[in-house]
Amino acid sequence: MNMPRFWREKQGRYNLVGNRCTNCGTYYFPKRDICPKCHRKSIGKMEEVRFKGTGKVVSWTIVHDAHPDYKDMRPYIMAIIELEEGPRLTGQIVDCSLDEIHTGMRVRDTFRKLSEDGKDGVIFYGYKFRPVKE
Amino acid sequence: MKAGIVSYGAYVPKYRIRPEEIGRVWGEDGATRGKGLGIMSKSIPSPDEDVITIAVEAARSALLRAGIDPQDIGAIYTGSESHPYAVKPTSSVVAEAILAAPDMTAADYEFACKAGTAALQNVLGLVNTGWIKYGMAIGADTSQGAPGDPLEYSASAGGAAFIAGTERIIAKINGMYSYTTDTPDFWRREGQAYPSHGGRFTGEPAYFKHVLTAARRMMELEGTEAKDYDYVVLHQPNGKFPRRAAAKLGFTDEQLAPGLLTPRIGNTYSGAVPLGLSAVLDIAKPGDRILVTSFGSGAGSDAFDISVTDEMERFNRSAGPLVEDMINVPEEYYVDYATYVKFRGKIRRKGD
Ligand SMILES: [Zn+2]
Repeated sequence: MNMPRFWREKQGRYNLVGNRCTNCGTYYFPKRDICPKCHRKSIGKMEEVRFKGTGKVVSWTIVHDAHPDYKDMRPYIMAIIELEEGPRLTGQIVDCSLDEIHTGMRVRDTFRKLSEDGKDGVIFYGYKFRPVKE
Repeated sequence: MKAGIVSYGAYVPKYRIRPEEIGRVWGEDGATRGKGLGIMSKSIPSPDEDVITIAVEAARSALLRAGIDPQDIGAIYTGSESHPYAVKPTSSVVAEAILAAPDMTAADYEFACKAGTAALQNVLGLVNTGWIKYGMAIGADTSQGAPGDPLEYSASAGGAAFIAGTERIIAKINGMYSYTTDTPDFWRREGQAYPSHGGRFTGEPAYFKHVLTAARRMMELEGTEAKDYDYVVLHQPNGKFPRRAAAKLGFTDEQLAPGLLTPRIGNTYSGAVPLGLSAVLDIAKPGDRILVTSFGSGAGSDAFDISVTDEMERFNRSAGPLVEDMINVPEEYYVDYATYVKFRGKIRRKGD
């Protein structure tokens, strides 16, 4: 992971900070400079928001051929989550068995290690998702 | 004291291992070992969990329950003996991850298993002087025992966070007392992966001397006896020591059991007393009185005399997970020893 870029995007990864177009009310994650629906009308009207962190699984897959950072957890679940406020994002689903995962499952964000830059390097943290009791 | 506890939050990782499984690998009777320690299972962090992630989860839960603006938190101190970095604080990551940074102070504490209660004393002090509005104290650990060492049966993971403040206090601090000596019962030298213990120094001259002295002195200062308390929370390196200490202090099993978690999740070190107190606060009612005594090797004990206030009736407990709900996990989260050593990074890999 690229360190300067990670630190620039840290608020998004740590706290699910995105933004909202106050012209049309659409929420965005990650943040957008202008609203793709309102274009120029959204200039100066994009407001930073912290998402609640709750949402539902809209699609998922079980990953067997893991990225080296995730090898210890394979097989693991990657999913597209639709946040309550609307935006969709990709994230790992943790503390969830492979039998349990399903479309429409309610999840919330959880703070986890994403990767590390070797044993002597910096550790990158950010959001993943876990099931919530229904 | 003006300052008291206004909120708390806890976190216990979901994976578990049983002593039978550890004993199977090392050619020991794990079931008997477990019975001897009073431990039926212990918690294991997932490969993507560490003290920072545990601290953040506990801190977020405390914040949600309190419903306060994180920018009003003026200090965050995290006590642990397994901070992910030797240099680079846990508390600054927690501060960013709960949106409390940057107008605040932060530091990490170390005092074996009592670093979390030391952190709590400090935030209470800072709030009490009026220097900060709210302060957060966290105790969390992901402790390791060397492979084959008896500590492998107990060393586990978990933590809890407390917010100190002066308004809407749910748990009033009637008094605090600490007892500290230089005792070589347990240590880990810088750069060593696993701790060492000082054999004959571990029981009587360390745990019992410090816990009993601190708890007795706390009761003397308050003019109380064991029967004046509804609950007692003692440091719990295993299931046996706190039972024996509680009995010596005159407490019953009923007073001890709600805050005694080690039998089910193992010894969470700096997380142990904070989690035990969280489990008690999960069920406590206004007017309940709690005696808390931590212990950290090396050695010292911090005692707190706490009364639950009427504010507890209005406290938004359900905004965070209850300790009991995190302790109980489905059978599929009980792993074998091989998975355990992989999760805990005990396998030597290429490049290590
Ligand atoms: Zn728009």
